[in-house]
Amino acid sequence: MENLIALLVAAPLLGAAVLLCGGRRLDAVGHLIGTALAAASFVIGVVLFADMVGKDAEHREMGQHLFSWIPVEGFQADVAFQLDQLSMTFVLLITGVGSLIHVYSIGYMEHDERRRRFFGYLNLFLAAMLLLVLADNYLLLYVGWEGVGLASYLLIGFWQHKPSAATAAKKAFLVNRVGDVGLSIAIMLMFTTFGTFAFGPVLEATGETGEGKLTAIALMLLLAACGKSAQVPLQSWLGDAMEGPTPVSALIHAATMVTAGVYLIVRSADIFNGSPDAQLVTTVVGAVTLLFGAIVGCAKDDIKKALAGSTMSQIGYMVLAAGLGPIGYVFAIMHLVTHGFFKAGLFLGAGSVMHGMNDEVDMRKYGGLRKYMPVTFVTFGLGYLAIIGFPGLSGFFSKDKIIEAAFAKGGTEGWILGSVALLGAAITAYYMTRVMLMTFFGEERWRSRPTASPAEPSVEPAAEHHGEHAEPHPHESPRVMTIPMIVLAVGSVFGGAYFSLGDRFIHWLEPVTEHAHGHPPISALTVTAATVAVMVIGVGLAWLQYGRGPVPVAAPRGSLLTRAARRDLLQDDFNHVVLVRGGEHLTRSLVYVDHTLVDGVVNGTAATMGGLSGRLRRVQNGYARSYAVSMFGGAAILIAVTLLMRAV
Amino acid sequence: MSASAVHSLWTTAADPITKIDAPKIEYGQLSPTLIVIGAAIIGVLVEAFVPRKSRYYTQMFVSVVALAAAFAAVVALAAGGYGTTKAGIAAMGAIAVDGPALFLQGTILLAGVLGVFTFAERRLDPEAHGNRVDSFAAQAASVPGSDSEKAAVKAGFTTTEVFPLLLFAIGGMLVFPAANDLLTLFIALEVFSLPLYLLCAVARRKRLMSQEAAVKYFLLGAFASAFTLFGIALLYGYAGSVKYATIAQVVDGTIGDINPALAGTMGNDVLLLIGAAMVIMGLLFKVGAVPFHMWTPDVYQGAPTPVTGFMAAATKVAAFGALLRLLYVVLPGLRWDWRPVMWAVAVVTMLGGAIVAITQTDIKRLLAYSSIAHAGFILAGVIAASPDGVSSVLFYLGAYSFVTIGAFAVVTLVRDAGGEATHLSKWAGLGRRSPLVAAVFAVFLLAFAGIPLTSGFAGKFAVFKAAAEGGAGGIVVVGVISSAIAAFFYIRVIVLMFFSEPRPEGPTVAVPSPLTMTAIGVGVAVTLVLGVAPQYFLDLAGQAGVFVR
Repeated sequence: MENLIALLVAAPLLGAAVLLCGGRRLDAVGHLIGTALAAASFVIGVVLFADMVGKDAEHREMGQHLFSWIPVEGFQADVAFQLDQLSMTFVLLITGVGSLIHVYSIGYMEHDERRRRFFGYLNLFLAAMLLLVLADNYLLLYVGWEGVGLASYLLIGFWQHKPSAATAAKKAFLVNRVGDVGLSIAIMLMFTTFGTFAFGPVLEATGETGEGKLTAIALMLLLAACGKSAQVPLQSWLGDAMEGPTPVSALIHAATMVTAGVYLIVRSADIFNGSPDAQLVTTVVGAVTLLFGAIVGCAKDDIKKALAGSTMSQIGYMVLAAGLGPIGYVFAIMHLVTHGFFKAGLFLGAGSVMHGMNDEVDMRKYGGLRKYMPVTFVTFGLGYLAIIGFPGLSGFFSKDKIIEAAFAKGGTEGWILGSVALLGAAITAYYMTRVMLMTFFGEERWRSRPTASPAEPSVEPAAEHHGEHAEPHPHESPRVMTIPMIVLAVGSVFGGAYFSLGDRFIHWLEPVTEHAHGHPPISALTVTAATVAVMVIGVGLAWLQYGRGPVPVAAPRGSLLTRAARRDLLQDDFNHVVLVRGGEHLTRSLVYVDHTLVDGVVNGTAATMGGLSGRLRRVQNGYARSYAVSMFGGAAILIAVTLLMRAV
Repeated sequence: MSASAVHSLWTTAADPITKIDAPKIEYGQLSPTLIVIGAAIIGVLVEAFVPRKSRYYTQMFVSVVALAAAFAAVVALAAGGYGTTKAGIAAMGAIAVDGPALFLQGTILLAGVLGVFTFAERRLDPEAHGNRVDSFAAQAASVPGSDSEKAAVKAGFTTTEVFPLLLFAIGGMLVFPAANDLLTLFIALEVFSLPLYLLCAVARRKRLMSQEAAVKYFLLGAFASAFTLFGIALLYGYAGSVKYATIAQVVDGTIGDINPALAGTMGNDVLLLIGAAMVIMGLLFKVGAVPFHMWTPDVYQGAPTPVTGFMAAATKVAAFGALLRLLYVVLPGLRWDWRPVMWAVAVVTMLGGAIVAITQTDIKRLLAYSSIAHAGFILAGVIAASPDGVSSVLFYLGAYSFVTIGAFAVVTLVRDAGGEATHLSKWAGLGRRSPLVAAVFAVFLLAFAGIPLTSGFAGKFAVFKAAAEGGAGGIVVVGVISSAIAAFFYIRVIVLMFFSEPRPEGPTVAVPSPLTMTAIGVGVAVTLVLGVAPQYFLDLAGQAGVFVR
């Protein structure tokens, strides 16, 4: 059974190789090959899952040693896999959602002449992501980590003919590098501290390691997680990443890759458990991000960007939960899985809407679409209910547990974190209701499009006017796209309940992540009631603002906060002023130092040597007598020194 | 000096003479030297009896065959274990046959073969009166520019004596690193020096400069020899013997018997220190170490370039061999006295050679200063005072001699109307006109600079490693700094060749005969092989790194 693990990775890797090297001959069947291999990986995952479920909870972990990668004395890097319940969860999520999105992409990318390449990249992403979650050591994880970064870069910039897409890809890549540096430093620290970077030995040795070192490693891992999972302060790339095709946004930038940071933290649980400081920082990062993303999500008129803000916010919840320690790990992963379902479903719904609306993304130019796209409306609506935490749907269970756990952290911190999480739930309800109302309800604003006046350019720079062509004819998407949406909607509805009833998910993950029941200072029932209450308030506010009256086609100026939120809370301005300008100043001063000090020393040395040389060569005057004197003097010194050395 | 004392210069017996034994000579073990000296004598006879027209080919044939045979003999001896297990002293204690001796003799013989090739080159200059000419004067004795010289050129005379002279020099060099007593050392020194003085004087072009160089070399060489000889006398006074082993034992204190004839001096450390310093000084003169280096630039520049190439390579090998044997066999007990002095000499040699080379404008002088700097690098290995030090020096010498001969052979190719165009400015843009020649020269320069993948790097690494392990870390630092300085002027020549505009009236590159091509080709091949895969040769040098006592 163990030998199947490598096949999980090998199938999509083979697909990527075939599709990317195969050339035009495969254009006709490329998408089928890609989808088939993704599905094959999913089938292998299911077989392994069935096998795992058949064993006792304590004996479910298995491994496969493929080959020695870098065997050097004192430095052993292996290509070896570890499949435990945590990895299994990810494998099923990645291959399951991944396969659905492959199917969806067949329809979505039908008219793109580079569809084969698109599927090649998707398969490459699957292989890298599976490598990331299956690796049994941090170095191999790093390979997968970089691999998903590469796939993400390639797919964000898939439409590289658009300058905005090319820029967005570059931005994502650069911001991710910052996080990657954190991961590589963490791995180096591990090697110097533990002498290895395999999960088993590292995590076992944390008990005997000083807290300072653990904090350093944990903070570096957190930096890595911030980069990959778009957490403050490395969040700026995710919004722009929506330039990629919508299936990419659904798979990579909602369901799987962006959650890799959460996986990293949960996988390194023992390191974080040993460092309360790092855990505190993690919770703060999560709390700040969940508010940040939610506020940004409220102001965006671009449907994908609104959803991107929501993704950021939801991952903030997961990071917050992961930072809480054993009371939160399981819920972080549970929310990750349910979020994978409903957010992928929402993105696919958004893609379906765009598909029927001539690729329009501005929600102010939607409206009343429920009549034209009933399947999209229903599936999107179920995803919407799931994410806002409508009682009984999957988001309700997972988010509620995180809020409970946040209160259970105890003390002032617990109250603050819990309140923030509650506030986030309210805002989530608000912005998602806004998206829902603007898209599917209200008047059909796409019918009476005013001519875009150049005097009032859109506030949102990315919301381009996608051609001034004819009025769109909204229509339902083909079945190849709607079926994945339906499957995901089913998961969004029932997933949470299935996991939560009888604490199934807790029992499943407990052997890997440990689990402690948190005891919130207020009763769990109160928390649940409060969660539902704030949700209702959020929905109500949104209805008051967007449901009652007509939505203006041109965005109103808005309050200061709204304007800031439209500019992603000034993240890019901040980065520009602090990092870009600061970097420029730094390089300029370094260049100055290089020119004056370094070059000065170098040139000065050269000049000194040249001068010395010119002076010394005059000794060589061509007279044999001077040469003889030099020899005589040399011999005299030689003898004198020899005698002197003896005398001393 | 009493009769018995004189006798003891030649034999080991300090006993009163009762009977005279015939000396025991191991002809087999001495065969490399005997073959070369024998061939040199045949060469003299060739000059006397063979018609002028066929002398060139006869001499070349005799030289190449003799050197090849001698090399074969060296290889046979080494294969027979004389370098390791059967190493011993031959010829009644006069000659050592051991690893370092055989290794260095092999190196000298190979350098000698390449030297013969460059000596025999006759296609570089245009023919004079229908006769091909080489680098040597038609008649060495004729005054430059005189009628007798013109007549000699017209008659097609050539100085084929250079071949037997070369063989004599090689014969002396073979003995020099193997000499196991001070008198043999001195005689070998003279045997190889005198032919070199002559060879320096016989350049066909720029004769006056050549003769000036020869006279300077001779005067300063004689001066240095006098030091050496006086040092030998003092050492004899100290130890009562000229044999290395005996002197070493007296230094160690294992021989306490006072020779009654030398009661006043024997065991006097002042004599030992002064004598040792003076003998060492004579050897430092030959390797061209600062401050005994002053002859080097003038002689290297003035001598016919083939001679310079041979001399720069082989003299250094022989002299360093002798220096190693002296320091490791005779004076190991004196290590704490000679090491600080040699430290200082090595430091000023490395820095001095590298720094003064920066401002040189003549390629031959540049290479001369480069050879001084390299002498300093090799001294770093000598100072290590360990078996690793010996083997690293052996490897360095082998690597260096091929680079040197090759580099000087390239210098002979770049010519204008006045013969070799040695002024650096004329080399500008050579890479555009003759990319192959420039590239080959660049390889040699990179090897001199010690850039990885050339033999220069492997050699430098070996000596620096040995020096550092031998506790001479400071010298390694100076060595690396000097290498950096030296890299400047080597790379400058490469930049000049490849990145400067060629001059309109620049030199032309002569197409040589296969002889010079072979010398250059072998030089490049050895440089690259020793640079890319040095381990076999390092091991070889490592096996050869033990002196017999």
